[in-house]
Amino acid sequence: MLAEFLQFLFSGITVGATYALAALGFTLIYNASNVINFAQGEFIMLGGMLAVFFSQAGLPLPVALALAIAVPALVGIVVEKLAIEPVKGAETVTLIIITIGASLVIRGLVQVWLGKGTFSLPAFSGDVPLHFMGATLMPQSLWVLGVTAVVVVALWYFFNHTLHGKAMLATSHNRTAAELVGINTNWVLLMSFAMSAAIGAMGGILVTPITLTSYDVGIMLGLKGFVGAVVGGLGNGLGAVFGGLLVGVLEAFGAGYISSAYKDAMPFVLILLILFFMPRGLFGGKSTDRV
Amino acid sequence: MKNNPFIGLYIIMAVLLVLPFVLPNSFYVDLAIRMAINAVIVLGLNLLIGFAGQISLGHAGFLGIGAYASAVLPTHLGWHPLLAMVAGALAAGLLAAVLARPIFKLKGHYLAMATLGLGIIINIVVRTEAAWTGGPDGMPVPAFSLAGFEISGDKHWYWIAAVLLSVSVWASLNLIDSPFGRALRALHGSEVASKVVGVDVLRYKVAIFVMSAMFASIMGSVTAHYVGFVTPNLADFFHSIELVTMVVIGGMASVYGSVVGAVLLTALPQALTSFEGWETVVFGSILMLCMIFMPKGLVPTLAAKFGKGE
Amino acid sequence: MALLEVKDLSIHFGGVKAVQNVSFSIDAGIVYAVIGPNGAGKTTLFNLITGIYTPTTGTITLDGESIGGKAPDELARRGMARTFQNLQICMNMNAIENVMVGAHLRLDRNLFKAALRWPALRAKDKDLHAEAAELMRFVGLGAYINARADSMPYGALKRLEIARALAMKPRMIFLDEPAAGLNPKETIEVDALVRKVADSGVTVVLVEHDMKMVMNLSDRILVLDYGKKLTEGTGAEVRRNPDVIAAYLGAHA
Repeated sequence: MLAEFLQFLFSGITVGATYALAALGFTLIYNASNVINFAQGEFIMLGGMLAVFFSQAGLPLPVALALAIAVPALVGIVVEKLAIEPVKGAETVTLIIITIGASLVIRGLVQVWLGKGTFSLPAFSGDVPLHFMGATLMPQSLWVLGVTAVVVVALWYFFNHTLHGKAMLATSHNRTAAELVGINTNWVLLMSFAMSAAIGAMGGILVTPITLTSYDVGIMLGLKGFVGAVVGGLGNGLGAVFGGLLVGVLEAFGAGYISSAYKDAMPFVLILLILFFMPRGLFGGKSTDRV
Repeated sequence: MKNNPFIGLYIIMAVLLVLPFVLPNSFYVDLAIRMAINAVIVLGLNLLIGFAGQISLGHAGFLGIGAYASAVLPTHLGWHPLLAMVAGALAAGLLAAVLARPIFKLKGHYLAMATLGLGIIINIVVRTEAAWTGGPDGMPVPAFSLAGFEISGDKHWYWIAAVLLSVSVWASLNLIDSPFGRALRALHGSEVASKVVGVDVLRYKVAIFVMSAMFASIMGSVTAHYVGFVTPNLADFFHSIELVTMVVIGGMASVYGSVVGAVLLTALPQALTSFEGWETVVFGSILMLCMIFMPKGLVPTLAAKFGKGE
Repeated sequence: MALLEVKDLSIHFGGVKAVQNVSFSIDAGIVYAVIGPNGAGKTTLFNLITGIYTPTTGTITLDGESIGGKAPDELARRGMARTFQNLQICMNMNAIENVMVGAHLRLDRNLFKAALRWPALRAKDKDLHAEAAELMRFVGLGAYINARADSMPYGALKRLEIARALAMKPRMIFLDEPAAGLNPKETIEVDALVRKVADSGVTVVLVEHDMKMVMNLSDRILVLDYGKKLTEGTGAEVRRNPDVIAAYLGAHA
C-alpha cells in the first residue's frame, strides 16, 4: 500500500519537476511581456532531442548537453526578435497565435531534420534503481529533482540579489516605469525568452533518460507546464514550481488509482476545475481594471 | 465606397454552379466539397473569434462530438442518422452552455487555455473509448439517409455542400449588419462600452459560443457522412489550430475572408502530402507571418489597399 | 423628489478609501458638475453610480429605486448613459455603427430574424441608420458619417461617444471629462454641445477640470477632495467657499 503510494509519488514528482521547469519558463516570459509562450513546450523538446543529436554526432556528453541548452536559448532569442518584438502591444489573440505558429515551425523543422523516431539518453549516473520503503527510485529522478532545486534557488538569488534580476522584476511590475529609470526593457524581454528556453531545455534533457524524447513531446509537456503555471497563479514563480509539481503528482496518482488510460486528460480536467473555481490559481493575487 | 456586400455571394454561387462541369475528375470535386465544408465551419468559428473577439483553441472537439455521434449512435444503437446528428448538436450545445458561463468570466489567456483543455479532453476520450469509437484507428460511418433516400457519392454531397455554403455566407452577412451582429462586434471592440449601452455581455458570449459549437457539431456530422469514416484526428489540437489559422489568414471578422482562408488552407495539405513535417512548418510560418505583417488577414488587407487606390 | 439620490456612499480598494461617505442628490433636468483635484475620486464616483464598481457601503437611488451594485446593462435599461474619460470606442466598427449600438435596447435583437433578413428588422435598421446620422450631425460630426471609427481624430471620437450615449434616449447622461485633451476651440464646441444636450431635457452629470466650462454650464456643483465631499452648491456658492479655494480653485478662479 505504502510502497504503491510512494511509487506514484516518486514518479509524479519526477515528471512534475519537468512541468515545474516549464511552468517557470512560462512565468518568466509572462512576467516580462504578458505573453503566454505556447512554444515553451518545444524548447523542452529541443533540449532532449538536441542532446541526443549532439551526443550521437560524437561529441562528449557534457559538450552535447551544454549545446543542447545553448541552442534552444538561441532559438528563444530568435523567436523573441522575429515574432514577438515586431508586434509588441498587439491583441492577446494575435500573440497567442504567433507563439503557436512558432511552436509549429520548431516542431516541424525537428520532424524534418531529425525524423519521427523516439530516442533516449543514457542515465547520468547509471541505471541501478534505489530502493526506498518498498518503492523504487531511479537515480535519474534524483538528478531531475536536484537540478530543478538548483535552478529554482539560482533564479531566486538572481531576481532578489542581482541588479539584472531586479531589473527584470521591475519590468514585470511596470514596464514604463522601468524604462524611465533606464532599464533596457527590450533586453529584459530577450533575456526572459533565452532563460525560459534554457530552463525548459534543461528539463527536457533531464527527463529524457526516463521518459524518452521525440519530435512531438513538446505539446503535452508544454501544455501541462502551462497548467502548472496557472494552478500556481500566473506570474508567481514559486507558485509555478509548486503548480508544476502538483500537476505531476496528481497525474501520477490519477493514473495509478483511477485510470491509466486517461492519464493525459487529468491535467486538463484539473485546469478546467481551477479556471472555474479559482482562476487566480493557488497563490495568485487579485486585480482590478482601471476604467 | 458603398458596394453591395452580397456581390461576393453571387460570385461564389456562380462559381459553385459552374464548377462541377469544369473540374477534370472526382479528386478535384472531392477537394471542392472539403473546401466548402471547411468554409462553413470557419464561418461559424469566425463569428466567435473574429466578430465577438473570443478565442477558441479547441473547436475541433465540437466537430468530433458531431462526427462521432453520427458514427457511434447509428452503428451501436441503431439510431437514424438525422437523429444522431441532432443528438450530437444538442450534446455539443449543452457542453458549450455548461462550460460557457465559467469560461467567459475569464479573459484572454485563461479562455484560450480552457477551450484548449476542453478540446484535448474530448480528443482523449474519443481515442480511449475504443469499444465505442474504434480508438485511434477510427470507425466507419453509415450513410446519411432521409425518408429512404440515401445520400452518398460526390454528386449528392457536392450540391449539399454548395447549398450549405451559400446559405451560411448569406446568413453571416445578414447577421453582421443587424442589431445582434453589431452588439457582437461592439463586444469585441469594447466590452465596457457595450455594457453601458445595455448589452448583456456574458449572455452574448455564451450564446455565440453555444451557436458555434452546435454549428461545428453539425458540420462534423456532415464531414463524417461524407467521408464515410471518422478518426480521432478530426478532433485533435492540430485540427483546432488549422481552423483558427483559416480564420486568421482569411481575415478575422471578414465573411469572405473565411471562405478564402478555408479554400487556401484546404488546398495546402494536398500540395504538401509527402512533406508532413514541412506542412507543419508551413502552417506555423503562415500563422506567424500573417499575424505579424497582415494581422487583419488577407481579404481585409487587400480590400483596404484597393479601397485606397480609388 | 430628486432623480438620483446618493447617501453615505463609500468604496474601499484594499486599504485605499477611494470614496468616503459621499451624499448628494440630483434633480431631474439640471446640469450637475462634480469637480475636484486629480485623484479626488470623481471617476470612481461615476463608476459606482453607473455600475462599473460595487459600493462597499451606502445607497444609490434612481427615481426611488435602489440601484447600488446593479450591472451597467441593467442601468442602461433604466435610462442611464455615460461616456468615458479613457475613450471606449469600438475601433473595429464604423463611426455610425458605434452610434447605432447605442440604440441596442430599443431594437429587435433576435439573431434568427437577423440571419434570415427579416423585412421588419431590416426596415427598422434603416430607420436607425438615419436616426444615427441625425445624431452625428447634432453633435457636429456630420462630416464623419461614412467614416471608420479608427480614422477619426481624438476630438471627434469624444463627441462620437456622446452621440452613442444619446442614441440610448437616456434620462440621465454622465459625461466623464468631455473636454479632456481638447484644445480651446474644441472645448468651446463641447461646451455648446453639452448645453444643447441639457436643453433637450436630459439630466447631465459632468466631471470636468475646465473651470470656465463648469461655471458656464452647471446649475449645481459637487466638490470632492480625497474621496470626501468638500461642499455642494451653486457655482457662485462654491467659488466663494474658502475650503474649495484652498484645496483647488486658487489657480483657476
